[in-house]
Amino acid sequence: MIQILSRYGVLFILTLLVLTAMSFSLVYLFPGDVLENLTGIVPQNEIQREALMRQFRLDQPYIVQFFYYLSSLLQGDWGYSLASGLPLREEIGIAMPATIELSAYAMLMALFVGIPLGYYAGLKSYSTTDHTINALSITTYSFPVFWLALILILFFSLHLDIAPLSGRISLLFDIKPVTGFVLIDIMLAEGIDHGLAYRDAISHLALPTVAIGAITTASMVRITRRSVIDVIHRPYIVAARSRGVSEWQIFFRHVLRNALLPILPLMAIQITTLITNAMIVETLFSWPGIGSWLIQAIYQRDFPALRVGMLAVSTLVITLTIMVDLFNRIIDPSREKYERATV
Amino acid sequence: MPVKPLFYAAFTVVMVMLVAACSKQDEHAFYNSGLVYCSESNPVTFNPQLDTSSTTTDASSHQLYDRLLDFDPDSGRIIPSIASSWLVSDDGLTYTFQLRKDVEFHTTSYFTPSRNFNADDVIFSIDRWRLTSHPYHYVSGGRYPYFESLGLAQNIASVERVNGYRVEINLKRRDSSFLANLATDFSVMLSQEYGEALLQQGLPNRIDQYPIGTGPFKFENYRKDHYIRYQRHQTYWGEQDNAERLIYDITPKSSLRLAKLMTGECDATAFPAQTELEVIRSRDDLLLAEKPGLNVGFWAFNTQRPPFDNPDVRRALAAAIDKNTLLEAVYFDSATRAKTLLPAASWAFQNDADDTAYNPVLARKLLENAGVEPGFTMTIWAMPIERAYNPNAAKMAELIQRYLRDVGVIATIVSYDWATFRRHLQEGLHDSVLIGWSADNGDPDNFYRPLLSCGAIPSGTNRAMWCDNDYDELLDKALQTEDLEARRLIYQQVNRLLYERLPLVPIAHAYRYQAYRNELEGMTINPFGGVRFGGVGKSL
Repeated sequence: MIQILSRYGVLFILTLLVLTAMSFSLVYLFPGDVLENLTGIVPQNEIQREALMRQFRLDQPYIVQFFYYLSSLLQGDWGYSLASGLPLREEIGIAMPATIELSAYAMLMALFVGIPLGYYAGLKSYSTTDHTINALSITTYSFPVFWLALILILFFSLHLDIAPLSGRISLLFDIKPVTGFVLIDIMLAEGIDHGLAYRDAISHLALPTVAIGAITTASMVRITRRSVIDVIHRPYIVAARSRGVSEWQIFFRHVLRNALLPILPLMAIQITTLITNAMIVETLFSWPGIGSWLIQAIYQRDFPALRVGMLAVSTLVITLTIMVDLFNRIIDPSREKYERATV
Repeated sequence: MPVKPLFYAAFTVVMVMLVAACSKQDEHAFYNSGLVYCSESNPVTFNPQLDTSSTTTDASSHQLYDRLLDFDPDSGRIIPSIASSWLVSDDGLTYTFQLRKDVEFHTTSYFTPSRNFNADDVIFSIDRWRLTSHPYHYVSGGRYPYFESLGLAQNIASVERVNGYRVEINLKRRDSSFLANLATDFSVMLSQEYGEALLQQGLPNRIDQYPIGTGPFKFENYRKDHYIRYQRHQTYWGEQDNAERLIYDITPKSSLRLAKLMTGECDATAFPAQTELEVIRSRDDLLLAEKPGLNVGFWAFNTQRPPFDNPDVRRALAAAIDKNTLLEAVYFDSATRAKTLLPAASWAFQNDADDTAYNPVLARKLLENAGVEPGFTMTIWAMPIERAYNPNAAKMAELIQRYLRDVGVIATIVSYDWATFRRHLQEGLHDSVLIGWSADNGDPDNFYRPLLSCGAIPSGTNRAMWCDNDYDELLDKALQTEDLEARRLIYQQVNRLLYERLPLVPIAHAYRYQAYRNELEGMTINPFGGVRFGGVGKSL
């Protein structure tokens, strides 16, 4: 156990170190001034420039610069945005939770809709119901996410006018971003009608969540179905059935858990896709998350923001992936024996 | 299985909770208490003295501040605002303003005023841009483009306090457009008390970022690229009913602004694109207001670069293009053809002014006489952004390029991002440029002086880099003439002079559009500058 934990810990730290090194190299690879790319501060004169160069160790060898960069990242000093002049940590602190929130709801949708449907299709495998579910999920899965989002906007927002098309909540609600999660921030906000605000926020959430969740749901259905079909043809199921165990008992005692185990590692892969999709959908729904924030940074050539934004997103993805993986190992010790053979 | 009923029960409970939490009426009242305006970009500052871009004035002038005087939006006449009356001496050099006594400044989380608006605030506001020795002059950059382009600071001898509510301004020379300048979006009244307080705290920069004014709305907060939030100024001196909240939803994409207007996420939007006007007209829930705008789109030649210093060359190039085609292709019938710099909305508009005509034969002949060989190359700079006076400069540049090819001139099109573009223009790196001007008041001086006078070259509004003493003398003479009819005649001479020397080719005066939802009441287009939301409300 401790061995697993420490192995994952080392893997995590090494990956982050490589990522940090890549983000540091961007300082030199981006066009423009190295000092500005690193700090986001535009020096007013030569004297100030030299002082800043010294302060950020830019007059010393690369390796010293890198370790200074690393330590300031750890201390929370991420530099400033060239476009807004605000500390990047603050900006990402507002944008990142918005993306996490959206992805989380989409993931929940995928779990609560995709897995039951997958079980159902798997149990009824090769029936008409199964074929229908399967066909639907393949169709959904093959939609490009931005197209789906646009269709949803066109139909539900512009045509039927039942859902808003941009933002997290009507701007008429004055909600201070405390945690960055809009549903929690509504709870913390004072002097507003909470019921009304929740309804407004949920109507804003609906379309982007569906747009992102649909594709993950579809792949969840397919993964679960495959796994269930695998399990119900195992000898122990056949044996149980021959002993006269009822179908319900077979399902709850044997199929449910055994089919779930192979799904979990695949979920880790889904997380990456999910966050990428979330970043695309954000820009379409003007959702103030990290995706639209990075797009803005690209338009405005805000190199410090791009550098830290890339690091923040990849850290998030890696953390989640490793956590799911670790969780798998812990609940499924049978994987231990494959460990040295797989990557 | 009991799963289904359980699920339905839970679902119903949640829905009932959500619905019961607010009756339909509360909901209506809430959504009607605030206005959402989809604006097109981020303001540079919240003080319009510092920036002439319409984004900045839209976000500040009429919402946060008041001016001493205002324009009547219908007649264009100057009307009292927080100066209740004024007096001009017989020699036209002394202006005395009587101020209202009941004008309160905003009370916000960052400042609590202890007194009402008075003469000290007028002196503070004017001296800030007028005197380089003023403690706030160099705060936030120290450039006051509007006042600089008119040379206003040099013409004011003194601004004096007569008593707490009476101010006297002495001019050095007569200036018949002086009152009009005090009524523009840029002549806002700041709080002297707030300025003092910030100086004591050592944070003078905050005056333009956390504004305090006397306008119908007070500043609450601003998040770049997202929103600006205002609240009603509860003790506003004016009588109109103002919305409780005003929010600017910053949406750079024009199509998205239109979409938000359709779904009701915005109540009004800025600058609908010309191509979207039909969609707005065809919908019952949207209204499109249009007024001939106080603007002019033109093609200016850099008259300091040969061969464009030769009026014949400029006339030849003007004769090479067909303005009517440009109007149809670029403005889609949302503009009128410009003969002079002045649009019809100005009182000095001259209906029978001379205009250039499409005549490629004449163009070729003039070029030949001027010694410009066929195959001559030049640049056309096309501004990179959309403005009412030129919604698509790149397209216009391409059309002009084709016309010029017919007369043997090879044109290349140049564009940069907006900030670089303006900087290079000011440095005079262009041969010719497609750009324009939105005026701030209906006074003709507001067109002629910033666009072509010698003094406007350094302040960066004279894109033709043209300096002509006859022209400047005529403009000065017009300013010293109080009689409108006599002034009108002088401007006709000016038009004649411009037609002969042609430093720029006026192309179009665009209409001004504003799209809003039909439940908005009291929304009018302000032809003289920025949008205003005072007195605008939603019907239930």
